[in-house]
Amino acid sequence: MIVAKRKPFEEIKEMLKGYKKVLNVGCGTCVAVCLAGGEKEVDVLNIELDMAGKLDENPIELGAMTIERQCDREYLEALDPLVDDYDAILSMACGAGIQFLAERYPHKPIFPAVDTTFIGVNQGVGWYEERCRSCGSCVLGLTGGICPVTMCAKGLYNGPCGGTNKGSCEIDKDQPCAWYLIYERLSRQGRLDNILKFSPATDWQNQIPRTLIQPGYKKSEEV
Amino acid sequence: MKSGSNLEKVLEAGHFAFTGELGPPRGTNAEEVRKKAQFLKGNVDSVNITDNQTAVVRMSSWAASLILISEGLEPNFQMVCRDRNRLAMQSDILGAYAHGIKNMLCLSGDHQKFGDHPQGLGVFDIDSMQLINMVKEMRDEGKFLGGADIEDPPKIFIGAASNPFAEPVDFRVHRLAKKIAAGADFIQTQCIYNMDRFRIFMKQAVDMGLTEKCYILAGVTPMKSVGMARYMANSVPGMDVPDSLIKRLKDAGKGKIAEEGIKFALEQIEEFKEMEGVAGVHLMAIEWEHKVPEIAERAGVLPRPTF
Repeated sequence: MIVAKRKPFEEIKEMLKGYKKVLNVGCGTCVAVCLAGGEKEVDVLNIELDMAGKLDENPIELGAMTIERQCDREYLEALDPLVDDYDAILSMACGAGIQFLAERYPHKPIFPAVDTTFIGVNQGVGWYEERCRSCGSCVLGLTGGICPVTMCAKGLYNGPCGGTNKGSCEIDKDQPCAWYLIYERLSRQGRLDNILKFSPATDWQNQIPRTLIQPGYKKSEEV
Repeated sequence: MKSGSNLEKVLEAGHFAFTGELGPPRGTNAEEVRKKAQFLKGNVDSVNITDNQTAVVRMSSWAASLILISEGLEPNFQMVCRDRNRLAMQSDILGAYAHGIKNMLCLSGDHQKFGDHPQGLGVFDIDSMQLINMVKEMRDEGKFLGGADIEDPPKIFIGAASNPFAEPVDFRVHRLAKKIAAGADFIQTQCIYNMDRFRIFMKQAVDMGLTEKCYILAGVTPMKSVGMARYMANSVPGMDVPDSLIKRLKDAGKGKIAEEGIKFALEQIEEFKEMEGVAGVHLMAIEWEHKVPEIAERAGVLPRPTF
């Protein structure tokens, strides 16, 4: 899932300065699962903003609405009748959702309430770890299911570098060396041949905005 | 000859090579480079010029290399993958070669988190293995990484680093093999303190036939103090400093520790001269350049061959 964390309250407050009516829009998918921007977090943030506004004698009228996915037009539609009643929209979705919202309501100032952080996994309640950089050319088949692009601090394709520290990464003894783990796993699987081969320079796929149309959905002349 | 560099000539002629290292200043003082260079001149075959080592900004490696050339020394231009993408790397290689730089050491680079700009973007567009191969393709095929032809390709003697000590230890010789297959002509190892481990590593390299394809220079850094030894042992990732060495330095007693460190280095060099597959020594006398003449003299590696 896409993992996000809420922005510091002061930053959110500063962005909303001067707006009297703000609609706070949550997203019910990734950011709800990672406890950053779902229905519950929208309510909590609104309570905080409401209290701060009252204390500052500068109250904001706040609306709340959480839709299933802000990255999907089908769900955004539900906001259409509400948006005109507000001066600004605060979105608790990931960066993609926020932009899709802004695209749908180009006349309306849109502000992010979260920082989109990474594509990751759920390690425990409220505990997430990054696993994928969406590089666009997956090498997990070669590397024993451990991503060197994400998990190696230098993103090396031909690791391990000389900085491994008894199985940890040179940046932090609590961060395992990805290439050490890759080596261990492939060794146990008898597949070390995979990483004895030279891995040539990557053809980076993530240097321009990407568009994807699944083959089955292309117009006939494009197939 | 691949490059015709002095280092290549020394190694090709079968001499035991002796290379040094120089860290550029954190400013614009060319005099500082010249001063350090004087300690190395005539005592080493080539001088590694570090590239923003430990991720701290310094005078660029190629620029300090040019100062060295003007002083009559041969630089070994270090290049890390952390600070440049493939375009900048290739253009720097062309420019460096145009100015007479003939040796390169291709490295990943310490992570920027260690340095003076921890908030910076680590580029790592290509890794050290891919850099080695890129320089080889530039030299031997006359091709840029992107495939286009190079007019008058750079004839670089290609160096790479090897750490025989870092985990996973069993993989280290295979990584060395990979670097050689990618195009490394010579290797300079991480500072060696654990001789037992290094002997095993060299035996593996010899048995795999690697030393017939590539020159291996053993890395030596004399310990200046017990504090330095402890720091190397505990705080430098991938470094292997046996307790016995720390004890030996400690036992030398006050005022005699630096001399003990040099003695250990000299004993190492003596062994490397005889060790199968070792083609020379890379002396990294960190901020101790003025000691290089004495160490070279006492190691019996003078005078250096000239061509």
